[in-house]
Amino acid sequence: MNEILLTILAGVPITLLLTAGALVVGVLGGIPLVAARQSRAAILRLPARATIELLRGIPPIVWLFIIFFGLGTYVRLDAMSAAAIGLGLISCAYLAEIYRGGLAAIAKGQWEASAALGMPRTATLTRVIGPQVGRVCIPAAASYAIGLLKDTSVAFTIGVTEILYWANDQSRETSDAFWPFVLAAVVYIVMTIPCAWAARALDASLRKRVAR
Amino acid sequence: MIGDWIPSLLGGLGVSLKLTALSLGLGLPLGLLLALGAASTRRGLRAVVIGLVELGRGTPALVMLQIVYFGLPAGGLTFSAFISAGISLALTTGAYTSEIIRGGLQAVPQGELEASSALGINHRDTLRFIVIPQGLRVALPALLGFSITIFQATSLVYSIAVPELLGKAYSIGSETFQYLSVLFLAGLMYAAITIPGSWLSGRVEHRLSRHV
Repeated sequence: MNEILLTILAGVPITLLLTAGALVVGVLGGIPLVAARQSRAAILRLPARATIELLRGIPPIVWLFIIFFGLGTYVRLDAMSAAAIGLGLISCAYLAEIYRGGLAAIAKGQWEASAALGMPRTATLTRVIGPQVGRVCIPAAASYAIGLLKDTSVAFTIGVTEILYWANDQSRETSDAFWPFVLAAVVYIVMTIPCAWAARALDASLRKRVAR
Repeated sequence: MIGDWIPSLLGGLGVSLKLTALSLGLGLPLGLLLALGAASTRRGLRAVVIGLVELGRGTPALVMLQIVYFGLPAGGLTFSAFISAGISLALTTGAYTSEIIRGGLQAVPQGELEASSALGINHRDTLRFIVIPQGLRVALPALLGFSITIFQATSLVYSIAVPELLGKAYSIGSETFQYLSVLFLAGLMYAAITIPGSWLSGRVEHRLSRHV
């Protein structure tokens, strides 16, 4: 049992790396996506909306297959990059929607006040609204990140050597079909609990600096 | 070429939809039971139920699937891949929807409970005729949203060889080597269900919020 657990734990760094990679892509990529989604120009707004809908509407495993097997026919891609690209793109769409919710939560009066003070729109966005949106979005982004950590398990299906890959490997090795997978579940649960605590603490401290 | 794939893909989509129905049909009643357990006045019961819900939500759906499909036969229970998939997704559904339903039940004003006890209505009838119908109505948009998620999650059962949409697309891909087109087509079929589905749940939410 110890040996099974140790082997499964070897997948933890890959799971964390994949989660972090996809999250960074999503946190950054979500910004231009929400900017286009909220744009007054239909030529930016409509493609951005369609992109968000498609990225969220197609299941993650299907995206990974499209990238790994589909694009992989034309471009050389290893499983880890394919998984990071796929989950990263999906994260862009989810975070863009979270940012949109955050933008809506900031009182409209703040835009008007900035305009009355003669601040240009971009300065209002980067100096007044943006920092508050970031703080308002923390809880939703944190629950997304926790969900993403669990979703990285789909990368197992294209052969990324993360937690579930090693659980499956141990299941074959020991011909025990039950315990390796249960241990994998325990590892995921143990990983998500401190994340949830950290998110709650971070939210409580950031929430104090948002004007509503 | 694409015309030849459509019947097989549509057959796969049918299996995905049947699996969604089975998962929701088993999972939603389970979610209601767990929600009632988590709101129970008996402390021991409440602690056990909340623990089970946390375990269910912390385990990635794909890991749950491996546990049920490979693990239960080891315990002497053997089901077909389709039934195992349904049971596993129903467990995930039960855990997630219990939290949604619990939120709905808690939204029923405390005064109504006091009023019904003043009228001499017993606890069971209060739940049955007052709390559950209203609570479920509040929870409906979130439950619809979750149904879309579980429909997406049926693509995971490709990994235990259930011939659903992704499985069909992948096998066509491996015969024709046209992975990109066939997988993308399958992705569009998922999106053709999930995108209207999320619009629908948005509209339901909007309609119900008029009366709050």
